[in-house]
Amino acid sequence: MIQEFRKVWKQYAITMLWLLGLLWPLLGIHPDGTLSFEKTVTVWSYILAGTFVCLVIYIINSSGHLKIFTDPVVGTTRKFSGIAQAMPSWIWLSVLFVCAVVYPLLTGRYATDVAINVLLYICLGLGLNVVVGLAGMLDLGYIAFYGVGAYTYAILNVNYGLAFWFCLPFSAFFACIAGCIVGYPTLRMRGDYLAIVTLGFGEIVRIILNNWMTLTNGPNGILGVKPIGILIPVMENGFTFEIFWVKKLEFFYYFALALAIVAIIAVKRLNFSRIGRAWESIREDETAAELMGVNTFNYKLLAYAMGAIFAGLAGALFAARMRFVSPESFTFLESVMVLCMVVLGGMGSIPGIILGVIALIALPEVFRELESYRMLVFGSTMVIMMLFRPAGLIPAKRVGMRSEERE
Amino acid sequence: MSAEPILELKNVHSGYGSIKALKNVSLKIYPGEVVAIIGANGAGKSTTLMTICGIVPIEKGDVLYNGMSVKNIAPEKLPPLGLCQVPEGRRIFPRLTIEENLILGAFYRNDKAEIQRDIEHVYSLFPVLGERVRQQGGTLSGGEQQMLAIGRALMTKPKVLLLDEPSLGLAPIIIRQIFDIIADINKNQGTTILLVEQNANLALQAATRGYVLETGEITLEDKADSLLHNPEIRKAYLGE
Amino acid sequence: MDRTLRLTYKKCEKIYMDSFIQQLINGITLGGIYALIALGYTMVYGVIQLINFAHGEFFAAGGYVGVICLSFFTGLGYMETHPVFCLTASFILAMGYCAYLAVGVEKIAYKPLRKEARLAVLLSALGVSIFLSNGLMLTQGVYDKAYPSELFQGGFHFGNVTIGYLQILIVSLTAILLVALNLLVFKTKIGMAMRATAQDKTMSALVAIGSNRIISLTFAIGAGLAAAAGIMVGLYYGSVRYDMGFVPGIKAFSAAVLGGIGNITGAMLGGLIIGMVEIFGAGYISGEYKDVFAFIILIAVLYFKPTGIMGENIDDTRV
Repeated sequence: MIQEFRKVWKQYAITMLWLLGLLWPLLGIHPDGTLSFEKTVTVWSYILAGTFVCLVIYIINSSGHLKIFTDPVVGTTRKFSGIAQAMPSWIWLSVLFVCAVVYPLLTGRYATDVAINVLLYICLGLGLNVVVGLAGMLDLGYIAFYGVGAYTYAILNVNYGLAFWFCLPFSAFFACIAGCIVGYPTLRMRGDYLAIVTLGFGEIVRIILNNWMTLTNGPNGILGVKPIGILIPVMENGFTFEIFWVKKLEFFYYFALALAIVAIIAVKRLNFSRIGRAWESIREDETAAELMGVNTFNYKLLAYAMGAIFAGLAGALFAARMRFVSPESFTFLESVMVLCMVVLGGMGSIPGIILGVIALIALPEVFRELESYRMLVFGSTMVIMMLFRPAGLIPAKRVGMRSEERE
Repeated sequence: MSAEPILELKNVHSGYGSIKALKNVSLKIYPGEVVAIIGANGAGKSTTLMTICGIVPIEKGDVLYNGMSVKNIAPEKLPPLGLCQVPEGRRIFPRLTIEENLILGAFYRNDKAEIQRDIEHVYSLFPVLGERVRQQGGTLSGGEQQMLAIGRALMTKPKVLLLDEPSLGLAPIIIRQIFDIIADINKNQGTTILLVEQNANLALQAATRGYVLETGEITLEDKADSLLHNPEIRKAYLGE
Repeated sequence: MDRTLRLTYKKCEKIYMDSFIQQLINGITLGGIYALIALGYTMVYGVIQLINFAHGEFFAAGGYVGVICLSFFTGLGYMETHPVFCLTASFILAMGYCAYLAVGVEKIAYKPLRKEARLAVLLSALGVSIFLSNGLMLTQGVYDKAYPSELFQGGFHFGNVTIGYLQILIVSLTAILLVALNLLVFKTKIGMAMRATAQDKTMSALVAIGSNRIISLTFAIGAGLAAAAGIMVGLYYGSVRYDMGFVPGIKAFSAAVLGGIGNITGAMLGGLIIGMVEIFGAGYISGEYKDVFAFIILIAVLYFKPTGIMGENIDDTRV
């Protein structure tokens, strides 16, 4: 066993020595002109111990010594998936649906809060998937559309007292307009030029939100956004309607769930439609698509607008839930998070993206005790995930490679 | 013809991922020979050369150079051993000047004076190149690029030179010139040459021996003269 | 970082209200720093077509190693006796450290993914970026770390215009580094090999150029330049912060794209333009929107010339 994995061990040893060399200048050189080694060695040995355990498990697993434990697990999952495939998919979908419906009744406030986050990000992830996964355009400023949607509702509501349901189409509309404004000048660019320009647009939107005091109240954000109101019939004093404010998270959860379901169905339908095929042809080979009569410019613009609409809708819901919006929620790191969800889960694959969202929202919540080490773990997990599963957790079946990426 | 082949492929299988491009290919090339591999488009001719150079991974079989296996040697370690390829489409570095392209051919060598002498030698072989030392490779015509590619390969001081489609897309008069130079390199410098060509007539006239490659397999091996007069070959590859 | 930047701007605005020349000098200083960072982006992109998001963190790490070394020397008391030696040593150590960091990062996080889709490497780079900035935060603390403040105070005064000693140092050092890089890339054999690798990796291998070595070298040089920029920013603004890599990072990347990504001269030019636009925009139009101007210029230039000022068509470069 040691022999077989000699190469792995050697690489590991070199990496660890490299890390030691990296840590020492940061921890061992002091401003009072002294040098020390204890702290470096302590930190390093913790890391060494942790990674060593992981590596040993990995090696034992890949050399087949863990079969005793993994075999029963694999066996049961295989049995389950056998049953799963035997039954029609609508049964599973309805089981999932029922689980999703009863979820807030069974769990606490905190868990519901996390779940709402997951649902909103599913909507965002699916929207970005249209742009990145289907049309193959790298968008690093996607969160700007989310911001536009959220601010549209917040401003219309706080300044003009308009209701959520009236504002929702406007949120979608303005996000869509923003998408077209970004898209129009940039779609002539390809690949990484597009990436930096979208990043630039995202930053511009954030800076404007941050500085346009009269409209957005700047960094302080907009307070007092009304929650969703729905009319419910009341039987006292005859038949009248009363506005019911969805303030409780459990109720709000269902709106988020509805939005996520709409997004899932919409993206699924889009994917297998004429438009979806056009997008995929653009992703695979733009020149060939154009030669086959696909109006690439219009379809790319449509992809942008479509992605932006999903983000706008999610944004309005976000504003209604938080009842407060500020530019802090729409930073580049958020764009990166959404992109990570899409790519980690598996580009172009809806179950993949859902899994990616759950992994990236729920896992950091689980690791909340780690506090400041959380992001460190997050970053390294991202690298490790990419090293082991570069195509994502559940890769989409129809996704090929762009012609220019093949070397 | 000496007994030991300088380059030998033993039952080589290779390919790109799931696509098998070569199936059980065996070749023997002896020092001082000019060997031609002819075959149709997509028969695996270029893949054979790329496999020898280690760019396309070998799945089964072995490649021996001077009796030594080069299967696990990185591609960039081969030119110092004397094995060099002029790939299909020349692949000049387009934004490097002619001189820089030639200097890079001698990348692994450190003998400045000798390199300078070799550059002069290339210029004497191809006077066109010597006239525009500072021109960028990408702006040259096809024939000039082919000359530059051969010149660059010569800078590595090859013992075995692999040439992939040197006639591709060139005017007949240029082709003639290039094949004269190839013959000259073989005769005067004793460089062994493995030539891959679609233009079978041309290749077999220049070569001493020839192989026929069809869909990844060697179907025929003979003296170049005999192949030229083989009725089947004449029918399939020489358009008769 | 942003806060210190803003403070400095306020300071600048108060003292040198309308001095065009003053703005020009400040612009050149900032532009030179951006150019140094942009070079790393552009070189790495040229060789492996990767937007190295971790590059901003190399810059931040350079700033930290700089402050660590300078404080160490101050603590030893060498700073007063041998200031030139201390400064040189700090620069060399920081650049070496970042080169070491970058080469390791490339080997661990990018090299195994070279055959995968480009988004996978991009995400890996984002992961490295998050990891490194949080690593810096954990080892160095959340708060700003001040550079020894007595360094290079003052400057030459010409009426209302002041050229700080520090600005002279930064501009001249930047110039030296840029010239050295140009000589390396355009005049030496190894530079030729770098350009050849960027143009055609397979062919480079066929003429005995090992692409792994060249890629490592590219990362090392890029990170070294970023580290130098990190110390300069630390000296110029007086402190460093763990997340200082982000904003200058994306601006420098914009600079690289503006100049035409993959093109070394373009990156230098792009850096200068972005620096100038930022300073002049902040000085004459609005300090709050200074970051917007850089991006607007970028978008405007790319709209009319989609490959940047000096860039070739990227689709052509991937033979």
